[in-house]
Amino acid sequence: MNRQSNTYTIIYSTVLVVLVGVVLSVVYQALRPKQVENIQNDTRRQILAAALITPSEGQDIATLWQEHITASYIVNDKGEKIDASQDPFDVKVDQEVKKAPDQRLLPVFECNTDKGMKYILPVYGAGLWGPIWGYIAFDNNGDTIYGAYFAHQGETPGLGAEIEKPAFQKQFEGKDVFSTDGQFQSVKVVKNGQEPATGAWVHAISGGTITSQGVQKMLLNSLEPYSAFLAALKSDNK
Amino acid sequence: MNWKKSFIPLVNPLSKDNPVIVQILGICSALAVTAKMEPAVVMTISVTAVLAFANVIISLMRKTIPSSIRIIVQLVVVAALVVIVDQVLKAYNYEVSKALSVFIGLIITNCIIMGRLEAFALNNRPWPAFLDGIGNGLGYGIILIIVSFFRELLGSGTIFGFQIFPDFWYKAGYMNNGLMILPPMALIVVACIIWVHRAINKDLQEK
Repeated sequence: MNRQSNTYTIIYSTVLVVLVGVVLSVVYQALRPKQVENIQNDTRRQILAAALITPSEGQDIATLWQEHITASYIVNDKGEKIDASQDPFDVKVDQEVKKAPDQRLLPVFECNTDKGMKYILPVYGAGLWGPIWGYIAFDNNGDTIYGAYFAHQGETPGLGAEIEKPAFQKQFEGKDVFSTDGQFQSVKVVKNGQEPATGAWVHAISGGTITSQGVQKMLLNSLEPYSAFLAALKSDNK
Repeated sequence: MNWKKSFIPLVNPLSKDNPVIVQILGICSALAVTAKMEPAVVMTISVTAVLAFANVIISLMRKTIPSSIRIIVQLVVVAALVVIVDQVLKAYNYEVSKALSVFIGLIITNCIIMGRLEAFALNNRPWPAFLDGIGNGLGYGIILIIVSFFRELLGSGTIFGFQIFPDFWYKAGYMNNGLMILPPMALIVVACIIWVHRAINKDLQEK
C-alpha cells in the first residue's frame, strides 16, 4: 500500500481522530461523577470558610458539611421562604445576580458553629479581569458579619488577587450591614484616608482599586435583596 | 545487545543530554510551576507519563504514519494523552489541578515532547522509545524539583508545605525572600544549575 497517497492519508487521519474521540469520551464519562463531587466539595469548603470553619488535614469536607450545615433554603426579596423544587446548593448565583431583585432565588445556609447559629449568604460580582465571588456569614442578629470568604478567577496576583487573603477577609468580621436607624447600607471598601464618617467600611487593597470597587458593588448588589430576610432575623433575635 | 547499552536512552537524559539544562527545552513551564514543590512533582509525573506513552504509541505507529501529516498525528496523540491526564487530575487531585490550571493543558506545547517524538520515537522500537520517554521526563523533572526546592525553601520557608525555618529565626529578623516566588528567579536558578553542571562536565563547555 502506498503510504504517501492522498486516499491513505485521509483514511488514516479519519480513523485516528475517531479512535481518539471514542477514547476521550469514555475517559470523560468514567471520571465525570468523581469530578462533579470534587467541584461540589470545593464549593462546600468555600461556604464553610465563610463561617470560619476550615477542614484540618485529611478531614472529609462532606462530613464536615453535614455536621455544621443544619438547614438550607431559598428565600425571596421579601424574606419569605420559597418552596422551590431546587436544592439551594444548586442555585446558580452567577445567573441570579443578573435578575431584578424581586425575581431572584436567594439561597441561605444555616451553619451551626461553636459560636452559635450563623447564616451564610452567597455573593457574586465582577472584578477587573473576571468574576469574583464569595460567601458572607452573619450572626443570628442578622446584622453583624461573622466571617467573609472571597475568591476570584483571575485577578492580578499581589494586587486584586489579595481579596482571597485572610488579611483582607478578616477586616469584615464584626461589621454591621444595617445603620443605627435600621437602613441597609452594606459594607464600603474605601481607600486609606477616605474613610466615611458613618457606616461600615473596610480598607481597599492598594493597587487593586477596580477589584476593591468590584467587591463593594458585589456586596451591595448581592446582599441588598437579602435585607428583608436579615431584618426579620434581627427582629426575631432582639 | 548488552543491557548497559539498552539503557542509554534512560540514563543519558538525566545528566549528559538533559532536556532542560543541556538542550534548553521546556524552560517556560520550568518557570511557571516551580514556586512550590508539590506542583513541580505533579508536573514531573504528568510530563513523564505523557512523554512515555506518546513515545510508545508513536513508535508503534511509526511504520504506518503518512509522512505528510506526521506532525499532526503526533499532536493528536499528545493532545489526547494530555486531556486524559487533566481529567484524571481533576478527579483524583482537585487541589493540585486547580494550582496547575492551564499548565497541564500546555504540556502539549512543551517542546521536549514534540522533540523526542520527532527525534527518537519515529525511528526506534517501542521499548527504547519508552525508556527514552521516561528518561527525558525524569531529566526534566529533576531540574524542576531542584529549582522548586530552592524557590520554596528561600521564598516561603517551607518544603512540601512544611515549615523548615524555626519561628525564632523569623523573630530574630529573618524574612522570606519574596523575589524567589517570582518567575525570573526560576530562570536565575536554572542558570546556576547549568553553571554547576558545565563546571563538572567539561566536555559540554563551548569553546
